[in-house]
Amino acid sequence: MTKSNASDAQALIRSLRSAYAATPTNLKIIDLYVVFAIATAIIQVGYMGIVGSFPFNSFLSGVLSCVGTAVLAVCLRIQVNKENKEFKDLPPERAFADFVLCNLVLHLVIMNFLG
Amino acid sequence: MAASSETKGEGTLRKAFGGVLGFFILLLIGALAFSIRLFSVIKYESVIHEFDPYFNYRVTQFLTKNGIYDFWNWFDDRTWYPLGRVIGGTVYPGLTLTAGSIWWLLNNLNIPLSVETVCVFTAPIFSANASWATYLLTKEVKGTGAGLTAAALLAMVPSYISRSVAGSYDNEAVAIFALIFTFYLYTKTLNTGSLFYATLNALSYFYMVCSWGGYTFIINLIPMHVLLCIVTGRYSPRLYIAYAPLVVLGTLLASLVPVVGFNAVMTSEHFASFLVFIIIHVVALVYYIKGILSPKMFKVAVTLVVTIGIAVCCAVLAILIALVASSPTKGWSGRSLSLLDPTYASKYIPIIASVSEHQPPTWPSYFMDINVLAFLVPAGIVACFLPLSDASSFMVLYITTSVYFSGVMVRLMLVLAPAACIMSGIALSEAFDVFTRSIKLQLPKLFESPPGSGDIDSAQDEVVKVDNKAATDKSETAPKERPSKKNRKKEKEIVETTIKRPLKAKRLLVLPLEASAVAILLLIILGAFYVVHCVWAAAEAYSAPSIVLTSHSHDGLHVFDDFREAYAWLRHNTDVDDKVASWWDYGYQTTAMANRTVIVDNNTWNNTHIATVGTAMSSTEKPAWEIFNSLDVKYVLVVFGGLVGYPSDDINKFLWMVRIGGGVFPHIREPDYLRDGQYRIDAQATPTMLNCLMYKLSYYRFVETDGKGFDRVRRTEIGKKHFKLTHFEEVFTTHHWMVRIYKLKPPKNRIRGKSKKSKSNSKTSPSNLKRHGNLKKNPWQ
Repeated sequence: MTKSNASDAQALIRSLRSAYAATPTNLKIIDLYVVFAIATAIIQVGYMGIVGSFPFNSFLSGVLSCVGTAVLAVCLRIQVNKENKEFKDLPPERAFADFVLCNLVLHLVIMNFLG
Repeated sequence: MAASSETKGEGTLRKAFGGVLGFFILLLIGALAFSIRLFSVIKYESVIHEFDPYFNYRVTQFLTKNGIYDFWNWFDDRTWYPLGRVIGGTVYPGLTLTAGSIWWLLNNLNIPLSVETVCVFTAPIFSANASWATYLLTKEVKGTGAGLTAAALLAMVPSYISRSVAGSYDNEAVAIFALIFTFYLYTKTLNTGSLFYATLNALSYFYMVCSWGGYTFIINLIPMHVLLCIVTGRYSPRLYIAYAPLVVLGTLLASLVPVVGFNAVMTSEHFASFLVFIIIHVVALVYYIKGILSPKMFKVAVTLVVTIGIAVCCAVLAILIALVASSPTKGWSGRSLSLLDPTYASKYIPIIASVSEHQPPTWPSYFMDINVLAFLVPAGIVACFLPLSDASSFMVLYITTSVYFSGVMVRLMLVLAPAACIMSGIALSEAFDVFTRSIKLQLPKLFESPPGSGDIDSAQDEVVKVDNKAATDKSETAPKERPSKKNRKKEKEIVETTIKRPLKAKRLLVLPLEASAVAILLLIILGAFYVVHCVWAAAEAYSAPSIVLTSHSHDGLHVFDDFREAYAWLRHNTDVDDKVASWWDYGYQTTAMANRTVIVDNNTWNNTHIATVGTAMSSTEKPAWEIFNSLDVKYVLVVFGGLVGYPSDDINKFLWMVRIGGGVFPHIREPDYLRDGQYRIDAQATPTMLNCLMYKLSYYRFVETDGKGFDRVRRTEIGKKHFKLTHFEEVFTTHHWMVRIYKLKPPKNRIRGKSKKSKSNSKTSPSNLKRHGNLKKNPWQ
């Protein structure tokens, strides 16, 4: 049972990797960005766990900044992904402009909230 | 080629014409929404209404005078004496900032309006905005026609009028606009998948959070809809774009509002959104992986992930539940709890239950407030299912939840009203669509071949018969609908349209000409009935400012302006720093109109303080005097309607004072004030009742008016007619005795009962003191 599971998992990882290799470079860059943002958020949460959450608004704005960045990047990725048929009409430039605007709002709020 | 371009040109011309026409209709709807709310100004005067608006008005005055920074830091020492209140941190600033900026803008354009004028007209302006927002929202759901109908319906729905007549300067006035607009932007994002609209949506949500505590409705409804979409297999990338940025941005923006602050991440009202936020990410990941993997590998992945995933989910859930359970109220605020459990407030929080707008509504109030819409809503729901889109499923969810909430609190009828308008707008527009189409298709034939193209007609008749049969079947199988005649008829009409939809592709179905003409006529009559009712409601039922009262009697119109008379007296005849005690209902008005410090007001944040005043009102004179004296009170204000028959006076509210007071100070017991469970003030009333301060202050010298002391509200003669006051003296009673102001007598130097000033003392106070000895221990002595 465990053996078959392990072989399945290996096959799965292999096929995942091969499938992911086919994604265009710009999407891979976005993915990297998302992973980086999430990692930063996790580090902050870990730091909060060790040190404590005293300036709670600082912690909140830090984590939500990372999460927000990641979420917005995922949205951008969804929009510029050629395989998504729903967003065929949306030019990538427009998607990027929306992304920048949304980030601007997000970080204005974060700066306001930082305390 | 030329012909085709010509028809195309004609089509665009028609479209442009339709656009212009639609624009003008919207303009007229806005004008209608604005002007139907002016009855109060025309019939009474341009004045702020009721209680809460006076506070908002006062805050706006402060804002325009001192600027935004002082506003945020405003510590108000004129209420909740001696505690004071941090206004900047405890008020929803949306309304105040809106009116303040309108005033500022107008003044900078050299249009010198007073702050009061701006405040009075804020609500009508925003109801026009709300009807436009309704148009946009309904357009996203079902197209332009439904949008225009819904906007017209919302412009005059009585439920909304009741909160937004000119002068009703309350949070709800702008909040309903914000609510609808947020929903519009959400559906727009859902339909387009544009991040731009998602940003706007978050900002609009921010405005809603600024304006009203009802924002929790949005932050719970939208996750519910997302969850619904996911469960029913309607997940799409657009859903992700509509929801995920909203949660992050919305949470951040909400915590910027001082009154919400960290509550945006700490209280259970918001946890649903975070939970769904996690779920949608999991689902998005699953869909993504499903997209890039082959089906066989995906199955493997699922089996792998499910085993690990369940364990992780359980752990997360356990942590969450532990977190929530560790807080005493399970993280829910009292008002939210009373929403989920309608009996909660009456059991635990009398202060919430005592407000009449927090009571459950009666059935007639549904008819009064949304009128014929109540019958059209089921039809609209049916229309929303054909075909079911993301946006229309959202509307269905919205109406269902808001129907529940309106059943819990009268006040939330306001949230139901837009949903009912949109549903009815959809229903009406679909019905008109079918009827006019059948007329349009049949009219030419009628002119062309009057002898009758028999075969077509018969074929149509057949189809219609089938339609009708199906319709009756359907209406029979849906017994849960109310068996109102109108309703059933509407239902049938709508079901006909619904059945037509799937068949339309095959053959454009039409109803018989006569039937559709009659149906249109009936619909128009229904609409006319609605309009008449709305205008009546706006003119008669909801326009009274409640500080100026009128009554019609056989000898003409009477105006009772006693409240302002009393507040003006206070303003002109008392010292600036004098403290005035009254029941909390009149706190806002006293600070705003009389500019005097009050002990408690309508912002009922400190139950103990209110209970103290309630205890004083329910005690006999001496302990009451001691309580008031310990609070530095100089004047006591009571509202008394017995002379003119004004029912919402202090005697009618008195039991709540007893309950709230007794909730904190157990020596006040409700049964002491009731004779056999009945609340009465006539000769059979209990001695506790007849000797309490509220009774005495209300009925002091009342017998001098007609010799019998007949109370016209309670319709009975009062129990104790001749008595003197020992610790209070009457200083002012308004023209119709509606407001009576008493002054606390100064503490005496000599032995009580021998004072020269109160010649009556010697007679009543010994008995008073004797009775007082029997009372239970009072913490104030």
